[in-house]
Amino acid sequence: MNRGHEYRKERLDRGIKVRSDGLYSLMSWRELSYLTLPRLILICGLLLLPVIVPGMYWQRVISIVCIYALLALSFDFLAYHLGLVCLGGAFFLGTGGYITAVLNATFGLPPVLSIPIAAIAGGLICTLLLLPCIPLRGVYFAIVTLMYPLFFDRLIVALDVLGGTDGIMGIESFPGSQAQYYVPILLVLVCLFGMRRLVNTDMGLMFRAVRDNDQAVRASGININIYKAIGVFIASAMGCLSGACLVHIYMWAGISLLALDFSILPIAATVIGGSGTLVGPVLGCFILVPISELLRAFGTLRIVFYALILVAFIVVRSEGLMVYAQRKYHQFERWVKV
Amino acid sequence: MSNPILDVQDISKAFGGVVALNRVSFRLHKGEVLGVIGPNGSGKTTVVNCVTGFIRVSSGKILFRGRNITNKPAHKIADMGITRTFQIMRPYYSLPAYKNLVVPLFSPRARRTGGWGGGGKLGDRETVGIDILEDIGFERDSYIPYKLASTLSTGYLKRLELARCLSLNPEVVLCDEIFSGLSMSEIASMVPLIERLQDEGVTVIMIEHRLRELFRVADRVMVLNFGEKLTEGTPEEVMANSAVQEAYFGSEDILEGLDYA
Repeated sequence: MNRGHEYRKERLDRGIKVRSDGLYSLMSWRELSYLTLPRLILICGLLLLPVIVPGMYWQRVISIVCIYALLALSFDFLAYHLGLVCLGGAFFLGTGGYITAVLNATFGLPPVLSIPIAAIAGGLICTLLLLPCIPLRGVYFAIVTLMYPLFFDRLIVALDVLGGTDGIMGIESFPGSQAQYYVPILLVLVCLFGMRRLVNTDMGLMFRAVRDNDQAVRASGININIYKAIGVFIASAMGCLSGACLVHIYMWAGISLLALDFSILPIAATVIGGSGTLVGPVLGCFILVPISELLRAFGTLRIVFYALILVAFIVVRSEGLMVYAQRKYHQFERWVKV
Repeated sequence: MSNPILDVQDISKAFGGVVALNRVSFRLHKGEVLGVIGPNGSGKTTVVNCVTGFIRVSSGKILFRGRNITNKPAHKIADMGITRTFQIMRPYYSLPAYKNLVVPLFSPRARRTGGWGGGGKLGDRETVGIDILEDIGFERDSYIPYKLASTLSTGYLKRLELARCLSLNPEVVLCDEIFSGLSMSEIASMVPLIERLQDEGVTVIMIEHRLRELFRVADRVMVLNFGEKLTEGTPEEVMANSAVQEAYFGSEDILEGLDYA
């Protein structure tokens, strides 16, 4: 078909999207389901996952996916709602993991206490340690945060603290296997909808403004470092939460918590899932982690296939799956004569 | 006359070995409009950056209402009421125009002072934002205040810059080339805005290359060249000054060297 220069693609919001933005959505089942159905599918799908997947092995994989999803959510929030590209996911995860390990193994606190304490205290510690880097922007912040997990990894080994290379053992697992499967899933859901809410508040608007133009925010008489610090606290608390859960699943905390995987995979998931959508990174984790598990059959060639799939995703759908899906859901396209 | 609202004493700024400003001083009284002119690279924007705290001065002193504000953080200076526009506009591109004003209206100063025309009480931020936009030439009933900042034209973006300053209920506004890149009719509609600021007792510093419009609104004009203050005076005095003509058009003997015949 030769369209030449005479036609161009036009995108328009679907009528139902415009209608369901307002009060009208409460008066029609169609509009109501248009709004709630995607959310219901997400919630029910996630809650049913432990029931439908075959066997304990895959149930455990789902839990690990949720750990990664929390990290990806924290990366996506920092990068696309605050403009801070943070490559230190492993730092957050490690901090949360070690805190919960010490609280549980040394002081005997049950997981129900140690996990929330690790999230809050870990968030505070991470924010304090990152405070000197908070005025940095762009690639500088990325490089510095990449160094943090490497730094603490070496420090733990060199000083032989926190169990050194052996790690901390004898950590309680979740009480019951159901808790182990459902706690991470519920945490993902709570964080996901919580973040959605947060980015639409006034605070979220300030975060967006800092990302778009931090100098203009300064010129408005607002201290940008405070907002950046709040954002880093929220993201790192989420990362620490994921680390705390992981430690109670593994019943062990060691320097592998500070491994590069935990920094890089959430970023890949964000790219695949669609950056800035918040739900995209979660979806990305649910695609990438199981693929990585399935590819175990290929032995050492696993990483080659994994990389190929990753490249294929990025080349074919560089905008990300969720960005594409949301566009198709909310808009229709047509060719119009120029 | 009463005490100056802004007193800049001998400020210098060097970027490494490059001297951007060399002992520049000026004073401003409440409600005055000071024009700043000079060739490219003469240090005009550096003056704005130094006064508003966006860069630190190497030496010298800046007093605002007698208080030393030298090298204070930019957000604290803005909080006192010294606001600026940027030569290269800095809107929040992913936000609609009116939401661009919700951000400064969220600042401590706007909450304290009620924003522009708020009379000490800040109403609903979005409504106040649209009011300010209307004040400054966005048609209220059109779709323009609701357009994304990334789709606005230069004229509206320049107004948005000024609107951000206004929403802080400023005492001093430093305008960095708000007329550049605008059409003649757009400039003609902006000039009354500056005059209105002056009427409301706001002190204005204007950097401008459009001399005709600048001389219409400015009470006094300061001329910079290679980071030094050449002269200061009323627009008429400045135009008659031979040093200014030399800085702008080159010296006589260069002109004589050119053969136009």
